[in-house]
Amino acid sequence: MSNTTRRGFLKSSAVATAGLATGASAAANEPDPLITDVQDWASYTGAGVDETPYGLPIRFEADVRRRNVEWLTASPISSINFTPIHALDGTITPQGCAFERHHSGAIELSKPDYRLMINGLVDRPLVFTYADLERFPRENHVYFCECAANTGMEWAGAQLNGAQFTHGMIHNMEYTGIPLRSLLAEAGAQMDDDLWVYVEGADASSNGRSIPMAKALDDCLVAFKANGEALRMEHGYPVRLVVPGWEGNMWVKWLRRIEVVDRAVESREETSKYTDVYEDGTARKWTWVMDAKSVVTSPSPQMPIEHGPGPLVISGLAWSGHGQITRVDVSKDGGMTWETARLGKQGDSKALTRFYLDTIWDGQPMLLQSRAMDETGYVQPTKAQLREMRGENAVYHNNCIQTWAVNEQGIAENVETS
Amino acid sequence: MSKPLSIFLPALGVTGIVLGVAYGLSTRSYKAQEAAAALRAAMASEARVEALSAQMAEVEANAATMVTSLTAPAPAATGPLGLGRAAHPEELAAWDVDVLPDGRGLPEGSGDVLTGEEVFADKCASCHGDFAEGVDNWPVLAGGFDTLADEDPVKTVGSYWPYLSTVWDYVNRSMPFGEAQTLTADETYAIVAYILYSNDIVEDEAFILSHENFTAVQMHNTDGFVIDDRPGLEYAAWRAEPCMENCKDSVEITRRASMVNVTPLDEHMHPAMRGEMHASMAAPAEEDPQGAEQAAGDAALIATGETVFKKCKACHQVGDGAKNRSGPHLNGILGRRAGGVDGFKYSPAMSESGVTWDAETLASFLANPKGYLKGTKMSFRGIKEDEDLKAIIAYLNSVSQ
Repeated sequence: MSNTTRRGFLKSSAVATAGLATGASAAANEPDPLITDVQDWASYTGAGVDETPYGLPIRFEADVRRRNVEWLTASPISSINFTPIHALDGTITPQGCAFERHHSGAIELSKPDYRLMINGLVDRPLVFTYADLERFPRENHVYFCECAANTGMEWAGAQLNGAQFTHGMIHNMEYTGIPLRSLLAEAGAQMDDDLWVYVEGADASSNGRSIPMAKALDDCLVAFKANGEALRMEHGYPVRLVVPGWEGNMWVKWLRRIEVVDRAVESREETSKYTDVYEDGTARKWTWVMDAKSVVTSPSPQMPIEHGPGPLVISGLAWSGHGQITRVDVSKDGGMTWETARLGKQGDSKALTRFYLDTIWDGQPMLLQSRAMDETGYVQPTKAQLREMRGENAVYHNNCIQTWAVNEQGIAENVETS
Repeated sequence: MSKPLSIFLPALGVTGIVLGVAYGLSTRSYKAQEAAAALRAAMASEARVEALSAQMAEVEANAATMVTSLTAPAPAATGPLGLGRAAHPEELAAWDVDVLPDGRGLPEGSGDVLTGEEVFADKCASCHGDFAEGVDNWPVLAGGFDTLADEDPVKTVGSYWPYLSTVWDYVNRSMPFGEAQTLTADETYAIVAYILYSNDIVEDEAFILSHENFTAVQMHNTDGFVIDDRPGLEYAAWRAEPCMENCKDSVEITRRASMVNVTPLDEHMHPAMRGEMHASMAAPAEEDPQGAEQAAGDAALIATGETVFKKCKACHQVGDGAKNRSGPHLNGILGRRAGGVDGFKYSPAMSESGVTWDAETLASFLANPKGYLKGTKMSFRGIKEDEDLKAIIAYLNSVSQ
């Protein structure tokens, strides 16, 4: 390419992009010293191998961290934090930034100290060590784990500013584990449909939940690896239960006991918590499945548009506890018109699906929304639809359509619309 | 799947080259003999392509079968694998302690309201309040009747919990917070009796709750729950093909997060979150030159102390931004007068003790809180090991300045 041509090209592209707010990629009047000067990293040597035997993200990624909303709970020991979903892409959540929810703190329980008991309506009450579990045939599956309270602070109105805070009680990992049905079979459990499996953790909260036998026999996993490595302490090392598509509280961490019982135990976490009060004062219980839901992760309050008008990638996540995500629609005008987004890849059942809307932003304000559909034909509802059905006293299972108002500067805010 | 195909793919590449050559030859003007040779070659190629295609189809079919068999779920056991060992009766007794709504699982024992009040004051009130009214954000256990249909329902044991077994089971297994599974059966009966009394479910101070009368107690909200009715109410209604165009005439913003402004901000967030959209990203904070000095001291001891401090964290905060919780914050604890944190409601025993905290007094107190300072409302058993005491004091000294 000759100099004349190159200058001509730069000039015409400058004209074409005139009026854009910012844009490092547009007309560069001066040569870029990052290119023309020899940079330190191109001259001096870098870090040697083993400098970080187990690596952490580079320091420039400090925004990508779990965050807590202190006023939500009395103590960080019985609390929750949020996955930085605003900054992630693809679908797999790295363990180190996957949200934590503890009832009595995360405990250190080693593999040698680990025991799993199975008892109740079984022929052979058994105790397994960790090493025993490694000898059962195992499977790999990707599943999302969503706290039933995700988006719960938004029932009464737009409150927290950021996808991390409104939708970050979720993570999505590839689990390695044993089908729960294999352990039930090993103990010679009764498996009638009207029976229940009560599961309990080893920590001081002794969190326990009752799972109907059909679900226990279907797809529950007794998992010990996530994303290829051991579970993190905060996610139940060395063993947790995976209950695909169902609320996170049932995914008992530090799983220590599995009991076959003839009725639901009605533990604290399935009566006083994880139940929702209707307007007339009655409450709904055993709401285990997490319904289809989606959110635009970028742009969003923590991810403003910095490049000005022009090509824009709108991206987000969708998921359903009923199976696969089949379609996601995106609206830029608060739900007056919708466009069908592109799925990053065909969604796995009960796992996060990434969607993209590749668009051209005209620099005008937007009211961004996304709307998921799953394989059952269920369409993610609006907040108005949910309120009409359930009132405003619910806490859990808020899967409403979320709105981000994006202004001319590209700054996004959590809003509620008519 | 990848293995058989990767073996086969190079063969397809060869086919491509053969076809290309044949095509090139047949479309150019060469000698007839050469053309005939080219035609023969091309026909041979076609035959070979057909053969290869058939082979390809076969391999693909095999691959598909292999994929299916290779990704099958974990095989269902035809019989037990013989893993694990039989659980001992003592082990079952130790872990299988859940209590069912019909009372199955309850151990023998009893406790009365007044005893319960004492145990509650000692072990529960620091978080739940003397009258089970809840301190700070900790759960309210009493009251809230007839509020479930209000704008802000008060969900307590009395107003909301459907089964008494849940209360007994939860107190027995999960409480007191930070000292779970230390209550005797009688203490648990007594605490539950007191909670019933504070909710007017029993009215007699002399009431004794036991395994014998347990299931006779009537909870207020036993019939207040319906089983998940989303399938009938919601799923049926929300399956219509959604609107794509002209779905509304107009849209107005009705609420904004900035109206309540309760989102926590930190220095790592995008500047836009702090109202500095185009400001350059904040430079990383300079190393604190005094940090190195503070780090001096016995690092190992301090690290041990931090671990020991986990026992205290349910109630106490220390370090930057530490606040009073159910216990006072511990910043500046060494050298501080006992009961000296403004805004924290101490027991009279503590505020009138005249003690000043130093390594010695703090060690004595932490070794046996209620023995050292009778009447303190700190419900903590104490730290038994001298090394742990030294470590926690070193830790507090290192972080509390």
